[in-house]
Amino acid sequence: MKEDQVPQDKENLNEGKLAKLYYATDEKGHYKKVNSVGWEPETVAMQQAWDVVNNEVEEARLKVIDGKASPVLYYLKKNIMDVSMVASYVGTLGVIVRLHTIPYFFSKLSKKTLEKYAYTFRISVEEFTDIERLKQKHAG
Amino acid sequence: MQVNFTHKQSAHCESGVISNLMRFHGLDFDEPMAFGIGSGLFFSYMPFVKLNGIPVVTYRIWPGFIFKKFSNRLGIKIERRKFSSTTTAMTELDKMLDKGQPVGMLTSVFYLDYLPAAYRFHFNAHNIIVFGKENGRYLVSDPVMETTTDISYEDLVRARFAKGMPEPSGRMYYPVQLPGEYPLEKAIWTGIKETSDRMTTIPIPLFGAKGMLYLSKRLRHWPERLGNRKSILWLGNLIRMQEEIGTGGAGFRFLYAAFLDQSSALLKNDELFDISKQMTTNGDLLRDFAYYAGRVCKNRTSDTKTFSELADMLEACSQQEQKTFTQLYQVSKSK
Repeated sequence: MKEDQVPQDKENLNEGKLAKLYYATDEKGHYKKVNSVGWEPETVAMQQAWDVVNNEVEEARLKVIDGKASPVLYYLKKNIMDVSMVASYVGTLGVIVRLHTIPYFFSKLSKKTLEKYAYTFRISVEEFTDIERLKQKHAG
Repeated sequence: MQVNFTHKQSAHCESGVISNLMRFHGLDFDEPMAFGIGSGLFFSYMPFVKLNGIPVVTYRIWPGFIFKKFSNRLGIKIERRKFSSTTTAMTELDKMLDKGQPVGMLTSVFYLDYLPAAYRFHFNAHNIIVFGKENGRYLVSDPVMETTTDISYEDLVRARFAKGMPEPSGRMYYPVQLPGEYPLEKAIWTGIKETSDRMTTIPIPLFGAKGMLYLSKRLRHWPERLGNRKSILWLGNLIRMQEEIGTGGAGFRFLYAAFLDQSSALLKNDELFDISKQMTTNGDLLRDFAYYAGRVCKNRTSDTKTFSELADMLEACSQQEQKTFTQLYQVSKSK
């Protein structure tokens, strides 16, 4: 890639925080370092991966509001985790985490377990157990 | 406690950390040199290993490998430690910082809040350097960032003890003994030999240039095998693995070409520069592939014809890589 071909696509997901370093060639074919603000194909692929995540989060949110799943499912999806990953953070088995995604079992959880979940999801216990909050998310 | 640390941005985290750490200790290795001597380039496609249901494709060697090879080849002694307790891991880090020693470590990008949100998936093998502590925050040299940044104690703990695959387990490393003289020329040739050998001769079709050919064969049939939605997703994943932080398929080819370019000047070997130019072309081919694949993803329609064209492009890349690395092996064989 020649240095003037280094992509500078303004539409990107870098929030102005990141201009990646590229190695590109000068007119003689020798390498130099050039920064790039973004590249469309990469942005498309990244956005696509996030669309999948966001869809799953929204699905989980609706389930929780309908009383078909507990906040564990919502925050699990929101943090792009899976059952086994949450289980190793909380220090339990995947099966148990799966049970906790069911509202009945969730309502039986001890304060200590709730705290572990809340810590894993980087929120407070109040926020974690507050289903009303999830309803408002839709409006916002 | 803060040390006099010079941060330089790099394209890849592992080679960048090597370069920045070594510079601190008085050994000036530009990123491409670290990447080349550490034999960082590779390709593999393993459809049976899946992450979030999508097969893993990698354009580089496994994490940690570059550092290991690099330090072995130059005779640098590295101390590596991992921890089971978060408190010990952080106190040990503080002790090193008090001694004025920057420390390289493995982290999960998910908890590195200074990165743009879009990049923060659970990728657990990101290398950074912590070089000091100021007002309770750790000073960070993240090789992919333009400048240094900082992170809170809590976030750093989370990043160092992330769960999932692989688990960083608080891993940290720093050089303890540096050689006065090091066999630079030999290290370069050994690095080249290993990479070109690995790219061309592994008798399993999943690795090296053959792996790329294998991927192209599989990709050709994605639309009929997986349906529209999945094949677009899988294709998008190829681009992400090719271009994102810590990876970068075409990026790695350019990085390697830069290494050959620098080596050619250093060793006064014109052949290496010729091969560097070939590598540049290979990188461009992979970029064209990503560009075209990106358009397919954007339109969200997968048909057999476009996938067949994409497969052709990859097949061409594979043949080129086979050719370039065979030639590179011939050059390095006698050295």
